[in-house]
Amino acid sequence: MRLTLEIWRQKGAEDAGRLVRYEHDEVSEHMSFLEMLDVLNQKLIAKGEEPIAFDSDCREGICGMCGFVVNGYPHGPQPLTTVCQLHMRHFHDGEVLRLEPFRAKAFPIIKDLAIDRSALDRIIMAGGYVSINAGGPRDANSILVGKKESDLSMDAAACIGCGACVAACPNASASLFTGGKISHLGLLPQGEPERKQRALNMVERHNEEGFGGCTVIGACAEACPKGLKLDFIARMNKDYLAGTLTYRDAAAAGGTG
Amino acid sequence: MPTLDSRIPSGPLAEKWTKRKADLKLVNPANKRKYTIIVVGTGLAGASAASSFGELGYNVLNFCFQDTPRRAHSIAAQGGINAAKSYQNDGDSVWRLFYDTIKGGDFRAREANVYRLAEVSNNIIDQATAQGVPFAREYGGTLANRSFGGALVSRTFYARGQTGQQLLIGAYQSLMRQVELGKVKMFPRTEMLDLVVIDGRARGIVTRDLVTGKVQSYIADAVVLATGGYGNVYYLSTNAKGSNATAIWRAHRKGAFFANPCYTQIHPTCIPRAGDYQSKLTLMSESLRNDGRIWVPKKAGDKRSPDQIPEAERDYYLERKYPTYGNLAPRDISSRAAKQACDAGLGVGPGGLGVYLDFSDSIKRLGAKAIGERYGNLFDMYERITGENPYQVPMRIYPAVHYTMGGLWVDYDLMSNLPGLFVLGEANFSDHGANRLGASALMQGLADGYFVIPYTIGDYLARGIPKADVSHAEFKKAEADVASREKKLLSINGKHSVDWFHKKLGEIMWENVGMARTKESLEKALKEIPALREQFWRDVKVPGTEGEFNQELEKAGRVADFLELGELLSWDALQRNESCGGHFRSEYQTEDGEAQRNDAEYTYAAAWEWTGENKPWTLNKEPLVFENIHLQTRSYK
Repeated sequence: MRLTLEIWRQKGAEDAGRLVRYEHDEVSEHMSFLEMLDVLNQKLIAKGEEPIAFDSDCREGICGMCGFVVNGYPHGPQPLTTVCQLHMRHFHDGEVLRLEPFRAKAFPIIKDLAIDRSALDRIIMAGGYVSINAGGPRDANSILVGKKESDLSMDAAACIGCGACVAACPNASASLFTGGKISHLGLLPQGEPERKQRALNMVERHNEEGFGGCTVIGACAEACPKGLKLDFIARMNKDYLAGTLTYRDAAAAGGTG
Repeated sequence: MPTLDSRIPSGPLAEKWTKRKADLKLVNPANKRKYTIIVVGTGLAGASAASSFGELGYNVLNFCFQDTPRRAHSIAAQGGINAAKSYQNDGDSVWRLFYDTIKGGDFRAREANVYRLAEVSNNIIDQATAQGVPFAREYGGTLANRSFGGALVSRTFYARGQTGQQLLIGAYQSLMRQVELGKVKMFPRTEMLDLVVIDGRARGIVTRDLVTGKVQSYIADAVVLATGGYGNVYYLSTNAKGSNATAIWRAHRKGAFFANPCYTQIHPTCIPRAGDYQSKLTLMSESLRNDGRIWVPKKAGDKRSPDQIPEAERDYYLERKYPTYGNLAPRDISSRAAKQACDAGLGVGPGGLGVYLDFSDSIKRLGAKAIGERYGNLFDMYERITGENPYQVPMRIYPAVHYTMGGLWVDYDLMSNLPGLFVLGEANFSDHGANRLGASALMQGLADGYFVIPYTIGDYLARGIPKADVSHAEFKKAEADVASREKKLLSINGKHSVDWFHKKLGEIMWENVGMARTKESLEKALKEIPALREQFWRDVKVPGTEGEFNQELEKAGRVADFLELGELLSWDALQRNESCGGHFRSEYQTEDGEAQRNDAEYTYAAAWEWTGENKPWTLNKEPLVFENIHLQTRSYK
């Protein structure tokens, strides 16, 4: 099939950037979206033009490295699917597709569709862990976790850190990402001792990094390729509130809302 | 010729690790902050090592080429991680896990290393659980287990079909904690392009900042490589697109021996290739073989849809050939059986390159809901890629390159023959012999990083490291070499893209050095690979410049290294005149098509020494001594 692609081209952080139109007539319905771009890039290289920069690594929907916006949808219009797992059978001949990077103040553009998401790492650095060192833990089965809590914790832990939630949010909030981690750990007995302090620290870092507040629109959960639910943001707010009551000084900055 | 001293402690097998730990020199806690350690890679091995070093008080410089350490390819491991907990009360023990791993590796791994791996396996589960890794649980709150290939006990711990992701995130979170504390300095989007050796010791690396193109040197007291395997030498594999061998290959060219490169694992259950544009192959976890039955039609060229083929006209060939292990036969055996079926014209799907993995019996027995709970995300992934629903039609699967057992040679302390260069995880050669069992890669990566290297590196450091700095001539020379290689790649401006060469190399490797190898096919590869390499350096086209974000330049350097590694892999396969595990030489097989080892002549690890560009490698041999188990022909019947 044949597609028209309007792709955001931007040489670097300083460049203003623009949409460039490409006609692509070598598209098979069995290709993944990124394979479709691979083929386009091979054509550009053969013509002596610069290929389109985009990130990807595992191409199995788990590493979280890929991601851009297709016709306004982060990772494209297919629900629960990263763009590396999106296949061309969902598009039709003659379609016009607009490809843009995930846009947010906290995600500077590196080149074309590749962005810098290190702000998400810094949110984890603020407290997205259980503070234990390697060595000397007790037998794993001495910590009992109910299947329901364990499964819910796993639902939250499924986040791949791709940043689609931020791109989908009109406020460019990373609340679903942050709430996912706070819920993953907060639902387990292992994460309980630091639960409130963790929420305070991570929310504070989230705000410092330039992500916006959450106004419970829900676009993030719609866009999330791993199906994280808005409930995790509610859990974050609950833990944050509990934290503000326990550790008043640290809470002066306010929450994400 | 340098001697290969494996430094295995003396004494009974079960006491060796305890003895070594007691004998190791220690670094005073207050002195640890005076040492700097470079860790390259942030997968399970790299992240667990880097965070552990930070926790101990060392200064750590940690590098990865991805945009964040959480992307490393350990994340894609689906099925699980083994440990000898025997929570199921089914007769498991450290000895049994050790024995299964040695046998699974077709008796080509070191006894002492494998025993230690089995010994620390239980600590890993405790550690990961304490970190908050959400392993699957029973209703009573205890941890759940499932079975994996090559074992008759249920010892695999899992977190849905994304165990690697959860273990890696656990290690990544510990790593981020150390970054926040200032003990680890993280360098994402930074690729190691050379190793620097001063006075015989590994002292640093030269890197390229992948965003700005800046070439820079970093010095340390020890260098740890945890950079994964080299499966992408085949172009199509289940590895991530970025997975590459450049770090270990550059170290090899600086003197580190490369051991057993021909031991490559072809995984039996991957989604078949769809077209020429295919960029990678996707694995369907081995855990699916707990509930899926593998079959092909009995009649060649049977074009009926699978539901139209009656039971009597199906060949469940693994259950027929291996009644004891059935669909859970080890990977190398299952892959070859699939190839034999397809070679005999029994394959299904486009091009006849596929076999069925059928869940209908399990769905009838347990219900679609129970199957969905176990494998839902894998079924969804299959449907996304193929457009077919595996709850309704059997999956079509075919073998694909998945893991490489070979890697840089290391001693018992995980140090290469170059003092100060340590190698962990898939990047080393040490624990899996000629074939790795399922759910053992995660175990090895974390064992190396959490429970082996934190001990052994101290012994090296405590013996004293001479002073040096980055103005040393060796650093300057390595920087100049990196820069001139980049300039050369950019200046050729030939006819074909980097991917074109990579695909050509992959075709040569898969056809001639793949699932079945012969003397003739290997000699053919050994003619074609150097010719392709020569063409690459004359005719490759790499657009852009070195001083910018340039993904084609990144790939070019990696493919240039694969073009050398592919040749060494073929030499290794040619010298090993036997079949063992993932290395199958068609000349050496039993009457019923099983691998035939030659223990009298080949019970050794082949450690190859680089002697210079376009010069033959020197082969060093480390004899493998089996004191505790008898070598026998593997049988899964």
